[in-house]
This record gives sequence, structure tokens and C-alpha cells, in this order.
Amino acid sequence: MSGAGRLPCPCGAGGGAPFRGNRPKDMFELIGIPPQALFGQLLLGLINGAFYALLSLGLSVIFGLLNVINFTHGAQYMLGAFAAWGLLSYAGLSYWPALILAPIAVAIVGLAIERLFLRRLYGYDHLYGLLLTFGIATILEGVFRQRYGSSGLPYPIPGLLSGGHNLGFMFLPNYRAWVVVVSLAVCLATWFLIERTRLGSYLRAATENAPLVQAFGINVPRMITLTYAFGVGLAGLAGAMAAPIYQVSPLMGSNLIIVVFAVVVIGGMGSIMGSILTGFGLGIIEGFTKVFYPEASNTVVFVIMAIVLLIKPAGLFGQTR
Amino acid sequence: MKRIALAAVLAAALAAPFAAYPVFLMTALCFAIFACAFNLLVGYAGLLSFGHAAYFGLASYATALAMKQWGATPEVGLLVGTAAGAALGLVFGALAIRRQGIYFAMITLALSQMVFFYALQAKWTGGEDGIQAVPRRVLFGAIDLGSDLTMYYVVLAVFLFCIGVVYRAIHSPFGQVLKAIRENEPRAISLGYNVDRYKLLAFVLSATLAGLGGATKALVTHIASLTDVQWQMSGEVVLMTLVGGLGTVVGPVVGAFVIVTMQNYLASLGEWVLVIQGLIFVVAVLAFRRGIVGEVLAVWQLRRARRLELAAERAALEAAPPR
Amino acid sequence: MKATILKLLGVAAVGFGLAFAPHGVRAQVSGNVVKLGVLSDLSGTYSDTTGNGSVRAAKMAAADFGGKVLGKPIEVISADHQNQPDVGSGIARRWIDEEGVDTIVDVPTSSVALAVQQITKEKNRVFLMSGPASSDLTGKACSPVGIQWTYDTYALAHGTGGALVKQGGDSWFFITADYAFGHALERDTSEAVLAAGGKVLGNVNAPFPSADFSSFLLQAQASKAKVIGLANAGADTINSIKQAEEYGIVSGGQRLAGLLVFNTDIHALGLQAAQGLVITVAYDWDMNDATRAFAKRFMAFPESKGVPPSYIQAGVYTEVTHYLRAIQAAGTDEATAVVAKMREMPINDFMVKNGTIRIDGRVMREMYLAQVKSPAESKYPFDYLKILQTIPRDEAFRPLKDGGCYLVK
Repeated sequence: MSGAGRLPCPCGAGGGAPFRGNRPKDMFELIGIPPQALFGQLLLGLINGAFYALLSLGLSVIFGLLNVINFTHGAQYMLGAFAAWGLLSYAGLSYWPALILAPIAVAIVGLAIERLFLRRLYGYDHLYGLLLTFGIATILEGVFRQRYGSSGLPYPIPGLLSGGHNLGFMFLPNYRAWVVVVSLAVCLATWFLIERTRLGSYLRAATENAPLVQAFGINVPRMITLTYAFGVGLAGLAGAMAAPIYQVSPLMGSNLIIVVFAVVVIGGMGSIMGSILTGFGLGIIEGFTKVFYPEASNTVVFVIMAIVLLIKPAGLFGQTR
Repeated sequence: MKRIALAAVLAAALAAPFAAYPVFLMTALCFAIFACAFNLLVGYAGLLSFGHAAYFGLASYATALAMKQWGATPEVGLLVGTAAGAALGLVFGALAIRRQGIYFAMITLALSQMVFFYALQAKWTGGEDGIQAVPRRVLFGAIDLGSDLTMYYVVLAVFLFCIGVVYRAIHSPFGQVLKAIRENEPRAISLGYNVDRYKLLAFVLSATLAGLGGATKALVTHIASLTDVQWQMSGEVVLMTLVGGLGTVVGPVVGAFVIVTMQNYLASLGEWVLVIQGLIFVVAVLAFRRGIVGEVLAVWQLRRARRLELAAERAALEAAPPR
Repeated sequence: MKATILKLLGVAAVGFGLAFAPHGVRAQVSGNVVKLGVLSDLSGTYSDTTGNGSVRAAKMAAADFGGKVLGKPIEVISADHQNQPDVGSGIARRWIDEEGVDTIVDVPTSSVALAVQQITKEKNRVFLMSGPASSDLTGKACSPVGIQWTYDTYALAHGTGGALVKQGGDSWFFITADYAFGHALERDTSEAVLAAGGKVLGNVNAPFPSADFSSFLLQAQASKAKVIGLANAGADTINSIKQAEEYGIVSGGQRLAGLLVFNTDIHALGLQAAQGLVITVAYDWDMNDATRAFAKRFMAFPESKGVPPSYIQAGVYTEVTHYLRAIQAAGTDEATAVVAKMREMPINDFMVKNGTIRIDGRVMREMYLAQVKSPAESKYPFDYLKILQTIPRDEAFRPLKDGGCYLVK
């Protein structure tokens, strides 16, 4: 009924058994797992983990500091990718300027969303925030699907980063290594910003006691708006980085968002370091699962999430609110 | 007044398949059942489950399997589906109710995603193809469900049964306790109620009815597919309930009909349907949190209060006329 | 209230009228219009090779026929099944029950086609398939009123599979789209490879659709198979080939076998990436003067955006034309009579000469082995393929007795 289509999952998930011998005769049945396959999948897992970490970082920042569950995150990730594509197609701007401009563009959209819509719901149960952002996500996805269809648009890998290196156990494309590097850098920079700088401490204080912080003369509503915009900008950055390797498609955010939620919940809603570690960790665990029990690779994150929620509902690194 | 309205609606329901496409009506009714079941949990018990599609969809698959592979009759098929929904509800509910609020919602989401991926990969569910060409056969050995018209009346009966169950559940001591839990859980605990037991019961009841909706839908549409277990389906039932009116008995029915009608008749607009749905969601959350029925009821209450006030004023004037 | 009563009376009257009307008078053309419903993927992964182009092809065929048959107008409607069997079957049922559609046309995505096949079989409406690939549609899921017009997985498999094994690619690993089509394609290609003396080393099932094939490509690489068979289509194939380049698969010595590739896919990939690919096609728009003439007319519509018809879209044109001719000859639009006429009359158009329709619904036609040109060899837009050889009808398609179709005695 919902007409959403089977959504492409850029998380590299869903393999079947690697060497399923369902052909008669002449079958080459693999008994052990060669180290080559293992390391290769782990590295792929790390790359996926980089995206998970980057996305869950934005979500975590927004929930941790604003108490808002931003369901629009997937759509904002998609906007980032489309912004990069648009900048190339209409303005001829290559990947490098797009890497700066696309997140800013998406952040501005986030600003508008917070100002116009989210702000009205702060007094209510934060489940309404979830529903609102869910609605906005649906609108964004629908508009883009109408305009661009579902099959996806191509975006080239920037020349500087094309090609790759043969690591022996696998061939590592340069661009994918770049993704891991950028993701790590941005994650650590954000963590530092929030946990170790004065601005970050204002933000954290505002979450605990907004009126008091406001009484000190700090413009809390503006801080909140900027924080939301920042978290959304992170999603836009992830999208711009995803454009060269995953199809730029209106559906690219939808499936990813659910996994990212799981990451944030496992890591601890509100713990920046928790999200980063869980993001990368989950990517690696998924990689492992794909080697030993591929059928479960899609489900493993949800199993972990259910277990964590039952034992430690605030998440591995979070504090109960 | 209420009785006349009810009778009129019933008459319209009985005549409806002659005016509109029966399959469309039946689909709307199945979703209405789903929405009512969901509303029992969210509107009355105050528990927002973001994974209700799991019960709806799994039941759909179970019924389809029973009808197609086991050669079951429709009453058995429906029972199998409903039982599947109930069983899953019991297991998931026991796990989920241990937490509240947003954590509860996230657990239900995680659990339903597991069901989705299971359905995607299990052999018996047919993966992308789903279970197709589900036969309807003969109900109770006498009613041939092959005709859409006959099927409609059967579905209507199932729907009325479900609404009856929901209504009785709400207007019962059980329902009152649920309301108390929703309003102030610590106080309910302090009053000595086994809150977890009540919440679990509400959860299982909700899952069972959602399962019945899914089972019926499999028979109506002759197909059980992955769409029924996707998380977008969970989101849709939230939309239907919100638009119709959380915490009202008929709200979800209205919401379901609005959304299904929109999807059906605006299908030529393609993806704009998604956009419109999103817009409705946003508007509903920002301004019409009470939903269509909720707003109507609120206006009605207001009018009634006004009228009573006027009547009281008039009475007061008559009793003590101005000198 | 009055309106409802009047409506009810009206319905009753019509009902009585229809029940008691003599059979001969019952319109030879049901509903006084021949209605074709083009059910396709209008916005998803197959929208470029089928989609609105198929709708256009059907309308062209109706217009070329004169817009009328047996004195009654021809109407072409369309809808988007979004590649989902529940959406597709819902639309098909509604079309037949409520809107008097006589024939359903195209239906890419085999899982949807399977559902529609059941419905048209049950309700006795013609099903003119051009889009779906699964050979099961003329095998264990065959129908007396379903016709698979253009291609199927067997033809693709034996064409490409056989050819590549002969060229030395005798060990294969499959990346399979996890739905009806993907599995059918993998199964048929495996059989072809084995029959030609090759080996199948294994496979991996990728969810349909997928955006990232890294993990699957890595497994394919690790298998050391000489050929990696891509049992998928559309955006999946494009992504697989693009990402294979990223991971250095081809430079590492393995060949990619695109089992279902269209001109639009090659266009999206670019000749640089796609050159040398050996594929099996039902026709190429540039094959001869007749095909070029049709393509020119097809591209005259601005919506075509200068993209020539795929063989699915051309297939829609030719099947609708043959269908209309059959209605004319049969004097009625009743499904079984029309299909019988379609089998009786040889198919003659720009795609095939003296084509026939088998009892299992399979259209017998030549298929062509083609290779993607290099950038240097391509002289004008969409000049992508050179035909290597023609595959004769009896070799191209599965022998009648092997399909498991219940209609084959």
C-alpha cells in the first residue's frame, strides 16, 4: 500500500552464502574462510561503518542536545547527495567545492525546518518531533522521486581519488579509503568541539537547564537552531561523500535511516563518542557477519539494538534522561 | 441522535459495494481494523509502537501460506493469521514493555525490522514475489468467497467484530486502568495495579487485532508481500490514526478510509501521493493533533457546552427576572 | 438518500438487462471499446527501458492501426506498478473488474508479471508480455492467454552463456538479484554454461535493488572465476559494472557477463566502461532500414528525448499491432478467440518475419548476439552495438517439452 518500492540499501548488506553450491556436479565447495575474504569484508565493513558513524553523529548531536529524534536525517543525507549532483550538473562545480557547499546548503534547509516547524513542538512529548520529522522526510522523498524518478543519477568519482591500491588481500579503491579518513576526522573534530570546547559546554549546559543558561545571557534558541543545522549539515556531508559511490537516488536515505537509528540507540542517544564508536563498530561486525553468516548481516544491528535496549536502555555509552 | 447516526452509517456500509469498487472498500476496511488495533495501544494505553506492521504483515503471510500451501478453508486461514499476530505480539510485547517512551518505540522498530528481513529471506514467504494467487475458497462450508460482493459482507462483519472488541475493551474496567496508566503510570503502580500485566495485555490484544486485519487483507487482495512488513507500513498506520483521531473509537476508521482513498484515487498523480501524505502528517502533528474525529468531537463538545451554558443563563434569567 | 435508491435501482436494472440479453447481441467488442492497459515501471529502475516508452509504443501501434478496430475505438491507458507485485496485481484486478480493460501489456519485473499472469488467466483476459524476462512465464507458470513476446532468460542465458564459454570463459560465479527474474536468469545461464562444458563455482544473492555491490564483487573476485555473471538488470547491472571497475575486477583478469543489458544501460555506463561486453538482444534499433524507420518515428516524440526504442518497447509496438490484427480477423475481442487467431496468423513486422506463437505462449523469433562497440567505433549517438551472429529460433528458446507448462501435452 505504501508504494515505497524496495529500497536500495547502500550499506552493502544482504548477501547470500558466498559459495552456495546449488548446482549439480563440478562444485567447488569452500569449507574454511580464506583470510583474503575475511580481511576484504572487514575493510568493506569499516568503510560502511564510516558512513554509519558520520550519519549517526549528526543524529546523536541533535538528539543529545535538542531531545529531538530527527527522522528527516535520511532525507537530508539524500539532499546532500543531490546538492553535490546539482552543483555538478547545473553549476559545473566539481566534487571539492561541492564537499563544502552541499553540507552548507542542507544545513540551511535544516535551519528552516527547525525555525518553522520543530520549534513549535518543544513543549510536547518528543514523540511528536519524531512524527513531524517523519512527515517532512516523506515530503522530501516524494518531491524528489516525482522530479527525478527512482532509478538514480550518476556522479563521477573525482579524478584525484580514482584508482586504487592492491593491498594483497584486496584491491582498495582510493575513494573508499578517503571516505574513512574524512569520516574519522569529522567525527573526532565534532566530538572535540562538543566535549572539550567552551561552545560545546554551553550547548551541553543548555540541554540540562535552558532557562538558567539563557539567564546568563546566552541566546539559547539560536544555539538550538544552529545545533540542528549543524547536525543536518553532517548528514548533508555524508550524502555528498556518498554520491560518487552510491547511486544518487531519492530513495538512498530511507533504508539507511533505520540502521542509523539503531546505531544511535545502541551507542547511547546523546553520547557523541558512543555513536562514533558504535558506527564504526557496527560496520565491522556487519563485515564479520557477512563472512560467517551472511543471511543475518541485515538483521544483526537490530538484534544488537534489541539486546542493548533490554539490558541498558540508555545505550552502551549513554545516560538515562 | 447517536443511534440514528449509527444506523445511517450501517445502512451506507451495507449499500456501499454497489456504489464503489468492493475490493477498494475491503482494503480500506482491513486497514481500518489495523488502525483501530494500533489506536488501542497508542491512543488508550499511550504506547507508541513504531513496528506494528510486523503483526499485520506476518499474519498476512501466515494466512496466505495456510490457504495456498495447506489448502485451508478461510476460517482456518484467518485463525492461523490472527494466531500468528497474537503470538508475535506476545513475544515482542514482553520484550518491549520493559521500557517506556522513545525506547519502547525504538525496540518495536528494531523487532519489526527483524521480521522484515526474515520475510525477505525465508523461503516460504517468497521474497520479492511474496505469496501470490491466494485462494479464498468457501467459508464455513457454505459461503463462497469468490465473489467480491460476498467477500465484502464477510469483511464488513469481521470489521464490526473488531470494532466491537475495541469498544468493549475501552469501556471496561480494563480500559479505565489503561487510561490511568497512560495518564500517570507511577500513580497507577502506587494504587497497586500490575501495570506491566495490563500493558502486555493491551499489546497482545492490539497485535491480535492487527493480525486479523492482515489475515483478512491477504484473502481480499490474494497476495501477501513485503510491503506489508516494511517500516513504511508502520509509519502509515501511525498516519492513519493520527489523521483520524488518536484516542477516539472511529477516528482510525476515518483515517484509514481517507488515506486508502487518497492512495487509490490519486494514484495517477504518482509520487505526489507521498508528498501529500507527508504534508498531511506535518499539518496533523503541528495543528490537528486531535485528528479529524478528535476535532469534530471537540467542536461538538464546545457547542454542547455553549448550549448548556446558554440554557443555564436563560433558566437563571427566568427564575429571577430583572426588576 | 434518493440518489442512493435511484443508483441501486439503476444497477439492478442494468443487471437484469445484462442477465437476460441474448448472447449474440452481447457486444462483440466488450464495452464497445478495445481497452489496452499498459502496466509498467514508470518511475523506477526499469523506467528507461520500458516505462513511458512502452506506453508510447502502444499508443503508436493503436494510431497506426487507425485508432479503431471492428468499428470500435482503441483506448490505451497506463499505470505504474512500482515493481511491486501487490501494487501491480491490485491495478490489474481493478482494471479488469472496474474499467473494462481487455488486455494487459508489457509488465516488466517478473514478480509482478507472475501475479498478473495468474489474474489474466483467472479472468480470461489477454496478457501481452514484453517486459518480463523469467522463462517460467512460458514454463511452469504458463497461461493459455499469456504471450511472452520479446525475450526470456533462457534466450539470454544460452546466447551469452554459450558464447562466452566458447571464448574460454569456462568458470562462472553469479551475482544474482534476489527475485524471480534474477533466479531464473541464474538458473538458465548455469544450465547453458554446464551444457557448453563450463563450471559454476558459486553465487551470491543480492537484494533487489542494491546500490552497493562491493561485498558481492569481493566474493566474486575471491572465487577466481573467469567470468562473473551479473544475473540482474537495470540500475543493478550499471552499478555492478561501475563498481567492478572501481575494484579492478576486469583489470585483474576476470570478465563481466552482463546478462541483460540495454542501450540505455550502455548509455549510462559510457562506451569506455562498457566496450567489449557481449550481450544477447532481441533486436537493435539500428539493425536494418525497417528498424531504423520505426526508431525514427519513435524518437520524433519530444518525450523520447532522442533515445531510440529498446527491444522491449519495440516489442510492445509489434505485439499490440499483431493483437489488433487478430481482433480484426476474429471478429471479437474475447480473449481465447483472439489468442487463437494470434497463433494462426504469422507475425510479420520490422522485428521478425513469419514468427509463430507456441502453445505455451512463447513467441518464436531470432535472437542476436551483439557486442558493445568501442568509443572509436561508434559514429553517432546510440550507435552502440555490432551484431556478431544471429541465433536461430529453435536454438534461442527452450524446447517445448522442457518447460513444465501444463498446456503442453
